[in-house]
Amino acid sequence: MLHTFVAYVEDRPGVLTRVASLFRRLNININSLTVGRSERPGLSRLTLVCEASSEAGDRIRASLFKLENVVDVDDIAQAPSVTRELALIKVSATPRNRAQIFDLAEVFRARIVDLTSESLMIEMTGVESKIEGLIEVLREDDGRILEICRSGKMTMRRGHHVSSVVKAMGVVEGESAETEEEQVDEAAADEAV
Amino acid sequence: MGHKENAKTKAHGANGSAATPTTNEADPNAHLTTPTRLTGSEILWATLVGEGVDTVFGYPGGAILPAYDALRKFPIRHVLVRHEQGAAHMADGYARASGKVGVAIATSGPGATNLVTGIATAMLDSIPIVCITGNVSSKVLGTDAFQEVDITGITLPVTKHNFLVNKADDLAHALRQAFQIARSGRPGPVLVDITKDAQQATAEFDFEAAKPRTYRPHPMLHVDDSGLEQAAELIRNSKRPVILAGHGVMESRAMEQVRTLAERAEIPVGLTLLGLGGFPASHPLSLGMMGMHGEAWVNHAIQEADLLIACGMRFDDRVTGTLSTYATKAKKIHIEVDPAEINKNVKVDVALVGDLREVLEQLLPRISGRDGSAWLKTIEASKGAVAVRDINNLPDSGHLYAAHVMHDLWRITGGDAVIVTDVGQHQMWEAQYFHHDEPRTLITSGGLGTMGFALPAAIGAKFACPEKEVWVVAGDGGFQMTAAELATIVQEKIKINIAIINNGYLGMVRQWQEFFYERNYESTPLVSPDFVKLADAHGIPGRAVRKRSELEAAVKAARSAPGAYLLNFMVEKEDSVYPMIPAGSALHEMIRRPENDPLEEKAEDK
Ligand SMILES: Cc1ncc(C[n+]2csc(CCOP(=O)(O)OP(=O)(O)O)c2C)c(N)n1
Ligand SMILES: [Mg+2]
Repeated sequence: MLHTFVAYVEDRPGVLTRVASLFRRLNININSLTVGRSERPGLSRLTLVCEASSEAGDRIRASLFKLENVVDVDDIAQAPSVTRELALIKVSATPRNRAQIFDLAEVFRARIVDLTSESLMIEMTGVESKIEGLIEVLREDDGRILEICRSGKMTMRRGHHVSSVVKAMGVVEGESAETEEEQVDEAAADEAV
Repeated sequence: MGHKENAKTKAHGANGSAATPTTNEADPNAHLTTPTRLTGSEILWATLVGEGVDTVFGYPGGAILPAYDALRKFPIRHVLVRHEQGAAHMADGYARASGKVGVAIATSGPGATNLVTGIATAMLDSIPIVCITGNVSSKVLGTDAFQEVDITGITLPVTKHNFLVNKADDLAHALRQAFQIARSGRPGPVLVDITKDAQQATAEFDFEAAKPRTYRPHPMLHVDDSGLEQAAELIRNSKRPVILAGHGVMESRAMEQVRTLAERAEIPVGLTLLGLGGFPASHPLSLGMMGMHGEAWVNHAIQEADLLIACGMRFDDRVTGTLSTYATKAKKIHIEVDPAEINKNVKVDVALVGDLREVLEQLLPRISGRDGSAWLKTIEASKGAVAVRDINNLPDSGHLYAAHVMHDLWRITGGDAVIVTDVGQHQMWEAQYFHHDEPRTLITSGGLGTMGFALPAAIGAKFACPEKEVWVVAGDGGFQMTAAELATIVQEKIKINIAIINNGYLGMVRQWQEFFYERNYESTPLVSPDFVKLADAHGIPGRAVRKRSELEAAVKAARSAPGAYLLNFMVEKEDSVYPMIPAGSALHEMIRRPENDPLEEKAEDK
């Protein structure tokens, strides 16, 4: 199954290698990995998506926690969450057929962020399937797509801060994050995309 | 033994220059309490002293020279090894014998890479060591400068953690953190790589301020009332329980608690190789070693059990055999400090994830007396025919078997010795025939199975326990891998007894070839030097032993010799370790010792 781990890691040299090396050792392919600054100074937040057996989740999370530079790990599993990906797509377009792509972008709620006489760049955020949809439509015309750059998934649980976040801030010690109830705003859970 | 004396005696504060940290005659450790400006090199040693280190094992070279230059100012004994692998194994042996953190030090490049086998050995057996390496100056890091190697990259998968320090200011903190990481939770090796400029630069040294944050236990540790109650319930209701005691028993100092559990609920105890000594072999409830070369009755008991209580062990493939057939009738309780070990190999019914001793302290009040006699009798009965353990009474046929050597060593020393083994057949015979009653009396490389471990690890053990009798038990193959450390023994003037179990083969591999490769003894016959002469060349006395009748006198000579002594036991060449579970078989599908007079088989009989 597809696992999504969200981790807070120290923002210093070599940390990503340690995380990546763990998956290498387990012979697990990382489908996507995004890293950036978080709300906590000195800590980066990463979202890592990988394919592994359903029982592997706990062990991977436990192993991630064993890395000294990893401060917190959340296994999103099936929990209500929001996932987004950013894509930049450069397509060839002349003044003559531009309009058609503008329309497409409109339908997919994407934005045009760069424009030259031969090409234009589309920026789009959304769930994976939506981005894939746009790419598919663009592909219908051979040779139109020049470049694709995708960020990989970013995931955040819905609702209030869960224990893992509180704990990651170092407030509680030695207590299992799993045991705490997460409060999910079910009403908000559906409005996606 | 002259343990504390050194060729170049170190007097505290002997160097009166203002720059040295030990100028204060009244308090040589003043720098530990008063912030002082020191060089990185001085900070290194001062921090080690602060962490309680008095002995390090190492080998100098360019990139670590500033540190070596500063060593004379500190009350630390440096043991010069002959190969850096030896330094890592010595630190490891020191840690295993004492329970303290062992320290190894090496230069950059080849010095650092030579440590790797030793680090991996410590990693696989969860041994707390700190390895310090020098590296090229930070300005040229990453340029393939002379003797530059990315040792933090190389050791990443075989260390619990590692540090690259390129500023003197960061050094004390990194080192103190390294010690904390090495010894906390599930222990393991930590490497600190220090660039040359960081050793040369100066920084404010404040030992107290460099203290790491309070240790944060693994967030997934989890022991709750319902788990404890479930475990207690399983124990109460079980008819055929077995305790599986591993290395964790010693690491968490839970010997008393395991014993109380076993005695109160009358549960027999099987041990892993690294668990030997964690529960007294002489205890009526002790079954002995389990697994690939474990006693038949232990493995049978496990296969027949309705409950396994795994204490600080990790269901390694050497103890489980094929997983799909492992203890299928048993419920499993796993008490373990590392959450990543839970359900890794064997799916468990109750996981109590925490420090073994603490968990048992919580569990024991829920356990009341229980009558286990029926099950114990069944196990006792199953020993019957296979209990071929009375080697002592076998007629002396003129042959010398390794089993004899182990048994007699045990008998003559009264079991009161630290035995450090190498890897191979002799290691298994030691585990079978030398009965360990005390923790930390068997030092052996279990997880990595590193040949060449014994001699250097024994040197480390001797430094940790100078008052103890230390024996190396090594094969003729493995001994040659690190035999250069004989010179270290002489230079350091330490008393170690060495028993080489000389069968002329890479015996364990030969055994596999005999069983599984149609006796195609490819590359396993082994020509060795005359080990007694080799010892003699080092100024170490010794003798060869060819008959059992010579054994006792030889062991006595070794024990009474004032210094190191080497015994070359010329044992039966094609003997095999029984029983044996072939890789890929179930625990009960073991190969037994041939029926006809099991200890007297000769190569010709086969
Ligand atoms: C460094 C290393 N290389 C290879 C092996 C594989 N190996 C395991 S046991 C063994 C034979 C050991 O021979 P010896 O030291 O003579 O001991 P014996 O088995 O004969 O008692 C070998 C080669 C190993 N464990 N370690
Ligand atoms: Mg041999």
